[in-house]
Amino acid sequence: MPQFPDAVSNQNMTNWFLGSFDTHIPWWFILVVIKAVAAFAILVVLTLFNIWYERRVVSFMQMRIGPNRVGPQGLLQSLADGVKLALKEDIVPTNADKPVFWIAPLLSAIPAFLAIAVIPWGPAVSIFGHWTTLQLVDLPVGVLYVLAISSIGIYGIVLAGWSSGSTYPLLGALRSSAQMISYEVAMGLSFAGVFLYAGTMSPSGIVNAQQHGWYFYMLPLSAIIYIIAMVGETNRAPFDLPEAEGELVGGFHTEYSSLKFALFFLAEYINLVTVSALAVTMFFGGWRAPVPISLWSGANSGWYPMLWFMIKLLIFVFVFIWLRGTLPRLRYDQFMAFGWKVLIPVSVLWLLVVALFRQLRNAGDLDRAHAVPIGIGIAAVFLLLVVALEVRERNQIRRTPPPTVPDYEPLAGGFPVPPMPGQSAPAVPRRPQFARTAAAPAPALNGTTAEEASTR
Amino acid sequence: MNPDSYLYLSAILFSLGALGVLIRRDAIVVFMCIELMLNAANLAFVTFSRMHGRLDGQIFAFFTMVVAAAEVVVGLAIIITVFRTRRSASVDDANLLKY
Amino acid sequence: MNVTTASVQFTGSAQSYLSPTGVEVAFILIGLVVLGSALLVVTVRNLVHAALWLVVCLGGIAGEYLLLGAELVAWVQILIYVGAIVVLLLFGLVLTRAPIGHTDELDVKHRAPAVVVAAGAAGVLVTVVVDAYRKVWLEPRAAVPLGTGAANGAALFKYWVLPFETLSVLLLAALVGAIVISRRGADGDSDEPESVGTD
Repeated sequence: MPQFPDAVSNQNMTNWFLGSFDTHIPWWFILVVIKAVAAFAILVVLTLFNIWYERRVVSFMQMRIGPNRVGPQGLLQSLADGVKLALKEDIVPTNADKPVFWIAPLLSAIPAFLAIAVIPWGPAVSIFGHWTTLQLVDLPVGVLYVLAISSIGIYGIVLAGWSSGSTYPLLGALRSSAQMISYEVAMGLSFAGVFLYAGTMSPSGIVNAQQHGWYFYMLPLSAIIYIIAMVGETNRAPFDLPEAEGELVGGFHTEYSSLKFALFFLAEYINLVTVSALAVTMFFGGWRAPVPISLWSGANSGWYPMLWFMIKLLIFVFVFIWLRGTLPRLRYDQFMAFGWKVLIPVSVLWLLVVALFRQLRNAGDLDRAHAVPIGIGIAAVFLLLVVALEVRERNQIRRTPPPTVPDYEPLAGGFPVPPMPGQSAPAVPRRPQFARTAAAPAPALNGTTAEEASTR
Repeated sequence: MNPDSYLYLSAILFSLGALGVLIRRDAIVVFMCIELMLNAANLAFVTFSRMHGRLDGQIFAFFTMVVAAAEVVVGLAIIITVFRTRRSASVDDANLLKY
Repeated sequence: MNVTTASVQFTGSAQSYLSPTGVEVAFILIGLVVLGSALLVVTVRNLVHAALWLVVCLGGIAGEYLLLGAELVAWVQILIYVGAIVVLLLFGLVLTRAPIGHTDELDVKHRAPAVVVAAGAAGVLVTVVVDAYRKVWLEPRAAVPLGTGAANGAALFKYWVLPFETLSVLLLAALVGAIVISRRGADGDSDEPESVGTD
């Protein structure tokens, strides 16, 4: 524990604010309350900011302007939208299971807030003359805590879907629970590599262990897998299948309105911040300054680390927005196949490699001169494997004969139907627009003659 | 404090789970009651671990959780298959060996 | 002085802030929640509500683990039971079309004998426990370093490696088994015509 000489002098000047407190309240308690309120406030403000940020960045990418009327640069737009949302009528469907319908948004929003508690925002700083770390609690199993809490958030979605008593929300809820459970596996596996290197599950311990190099450089594959999994876990584009507008209207929150809907919205954006903060903590050095700045000796002390942390966090949020602006949504089966057949096997293999390296390093049988060729060899084998699998799959696709498609019947079963995949509609000759003669052949599709059509 | 109290809790929880298995109809709820009984056993294990100052009980609790997870996966697969053919998830309706 | 105590508490020497009586009070409160919610799991007619009460019950048990000093077990309990198993059960309930509202769930004929059996089991178990552990006494603070991740990991991989490996085989078997069971129309013995359309 380093000594802080100026702490004592600070303590002597009892300031006005703390003088008003009863002296029987222990100090750690006051600090915890201050930090909890600050964390809550930061999350809410960040949500308002991120909504604006997302709308502006997406607008920029789509060559639009985006909200720019309310407040400077439109910054207060989300606040105005929030007020509007709160004033809307709160509709509860007749078929709904009322108590569960009420609990679901809370179950989704509260865990989102709780998860941030173990994320370290900075090293020890002085608050009213008392030294404390910028972290609400430092659990020894902190990362496990985040995983556990974020898995509770699934309940909000499943219950919202079920309790609405309506089809689309139910389908959205089923999708999302399957999605989150599958991507949580890959997420946990990607953390295992970090645990092996850091030797601890406490977030502050992991940040301390990254003093001499971020884990992104040591465990690039883990970081990439985590980043993919976190997009799946937060239901964001391109993995936003639970709320695919084209297929499911709004997904699990179709029947929600007013403040309950706002809570789902809040939960989504807070989850965005939480998973980004976790990514920064686990793989990108946490609050540590990036390389050129870290040469300055004061970069990692005082309140500056919080600045670096926020910058990294906002870069991650930008990546989320960028993904949304760039990629189309995956189909559901593609998405599940990607999770189970690509992400999980790759992360298991990668974990094996990491564990092997770690063990060899610990046993002292491995020096740098050997490690590099072995690493390259493993990478080469891995790449070959991937390429071989891919080639095999392509060959299979080529070898399988194309399925025989029955001929297209425009009026199958008495109703006009569109062509199935593989079929093509016969070209209907375009009717001359002002043809008065009956010479034009009647189109087969709707079975009306030209005269009938022209009289309509 | 006396470790008895944890064991009482565990015993009563186990009996409640057993009661549930006996009186519920839906196969999935029967599953939930089995989970209750497993958890009661886990609580007893952790209490014993605490009493003897050894970790074996806690390790056993982990093992129980893994077995419970495996059990739920297979059990749900069976229930869903039964539901597909019988259109019901009630244990009373699963009364034939085939179809 | 004040400075050092505050920082010690925050750098987290894993000490329980609860006094012994505090532990006892917390135990009783959480225990009541656990028992109450377990009773509701068994008696509530709405299936999904039963699952929700199960979540409360399992969370309460995680709280009891924390009081027993088994920190890792507590969080794993939340992660696996609350986060995965009950979600899967809910998934199953929704897939098997759990109705909103009341069901004929509890209208079984043998309710009275079932209650008698359960009460008998409870009576026997409690008497056995009373008899066996009358004289044991625990110091609530002594257990705290016991349940950490490091200690659990060491015990697991020093003394329990073989069961651990066996369990991984079991998990694999369960995974394969679940896929085999739930595959539609395996080996063509299904009673449903298989190639109805290209769905």
